[in-house]
Amino acid sequence: MSVIVDISSATKSFMGVKVLDSIDLKISSGERIAMLGPNGAGKTTLARSILGFYHLESGSITVAGHDPIRERVAVLEKVAFIPQLPPPVKLTLDELLDFVQKSSGVARNRIESFARKMELDIDAHANKPFFKLSGGMKQKMLIAIALARRSALFIFDEPTASLDPKARKLFYDLLSSLDYDYSAIYITHRLEELEGLINRKIYMELGRVVSDEKI
Amino acid sequence: MGNLLLIAYLDIKESLRSKWFYVYTFVFGGLMGLFFISGITDSVVMGFTGLSRLLLIFMQVTIVILPIFILITTVKSISADRESNILEYMLSFPISLRDYYWGKFLGRFATVFLPVMMALIIGIAWGLYKGGEIPWGMVTLYSLLIFSICTVFLGISFFISTLVKSHDIALGLSFTVWIVLLAFIDVALIGLMMQNRVSDQLIITLAMLNPLETFRIGAITLFDPELTVIGPVAYYLLDTLGHGFLMLYAILYPVVLGALFTLLGYTLFRKKDIL
Ligand SMILES: Nc1ncnc2c1ncn2[C@@H]1O[C@H](COP(=O)(O)OP(=O)(O)O)[C@@H](O)[C@H]1O
Ligand SMILES: [Mg+2]
Repeated sequence: MSVIVDISSATKSFMGVKVLDSIDLKISSGERIAMLGPNGAGKTTLARSILGFYHLESGSITVAGHDPIRERVAVLEKVAFIPQLPPPVKLTLDELLDFVQKSSGVARNRIESFARKMELDIDAHANKPFFKLSGGMKQKMLIAIALARRSALFIFDEPTASLDPKARKLFYDLLSSLDYDYSAIYITHRLEELEGLINRKIYMELGRVVSDEKI
Repeated sequence: MGNLLLIAYLDIKESLRSKWFYVYTFVFGGLMGLFFISGITDSVVMGFTGLSRLLLIFMQVTIVILPIFILITTVKSISADRESNILEYMLSFPISLRDYYWGKFLGRFATVFLPVMMALIIGIAWGLYKGGEIPWGMVTLYSLLIFSICTVFLGISFFISTLVKSHDIALGLSFTVWIVLLAFIDVALIGLMMQNRVSDQLIITLAMLNPLETFRIGAITLFDPELTVIGPVAYYLLDTLGHGFLMLYAILYPVVLGALFTLLGYTLFRKKDIL
């Protein structure tokens, strides 16, 4: 199995506090990880570091052999991300789809088809600014975009926070129906819901990985 | 290049829907309207045709409101994008930082430059309709000056936005920059001069480094033979440096300064944490 994410002694501080404290972590392709831990453990910071938003103080991260900062385009071609809270993007759905399609080479009808499976009708809202959608609709849209990208790695930061139980189920069903060998990091507080979707469980605390087990 | 233009295009579309853009366009368009109503175009004062007079006044107002408009709206929108995690999401797609930064710059440039130019063009059209002579030299110079002033203040805005992450500090800093530059146009410089404690050389240097002052010199000095509104520093500069050089300097210096700040901002954007 090839390694998709390779993190070695990654350290990052904010205002003198180590938020990532010498993290070592290898994720092989096909591994689907539940990333758990209390608020402030550094989960989001780790996700953002993999996405190339932060410069590490020491240590290194590679994604499919690429450096997330120096080769950000190569890395982000492989990764699809859903943030913790849907951002109030001011683009209309139409424009957002345009952006995703042109920047990531995803066909629009693929996104629309995933949206339909999430019970979101894009056409009905195509000219509405994204931020005017309800919380659940925004999240569905972000999910549809992420899944349509058919990425080697998904990084989902509490993707179901604003979904009702039915939509959550739709989302998990969709994930199970993906027909290729993707890797995933689910940052979550609801481990029980991910059952059947994950094969590894990582627990973070104070910037360190305190437990890591395959299941 | 494709992604750069895509970012610029989407930024423009977004701006066209935003409130600040309407206020901005309305202010400059309304200004011209006000000038028409007040009959400035009909009068001939100090040997100016009505249209030249109108353009002159337009530029005097522009220098006060354009910079603060550009600074506040640009800094506000960039830091709001960062704080609300829009930036995080948009940059999680395979877009290079180069395309994103310069695309945003290009889009912003279009949205701040075009409304002011439109107002200028409306003014000219009105002048034509009134049967006046178009002062083409003046129109060309003013277009170039507006281009320069947009460049320098957008450059400063982008620099501040990448330097400072906090929304409040960034806004405060923009305001400070504007106040300081405004304070150091002729009025304050004359004050310094009269105190006689600083050398003339320093005053001249301060004047030449201040893009607001060079804009005023370029826009007004060269057309006001009496130099009634501009003050002794500009007069001195005109006397020692000459028309041609001053004009060129007033156009090029802000562009160079703006390019410098924009590049510095780009370097910070790449070298520092994005979020
Ligand atoms: N950009 C930032 N600047 C300063 N401090 C930050 C920043 N991002 C996160 N932190 C701090 O780092 C710690 C870990 O945050 P985070 O990674 O979001 O935790 P988690 O996602 O596990 O709840 C928190 O104490 C948070 O306040
Ligand atoms: Mg978090």
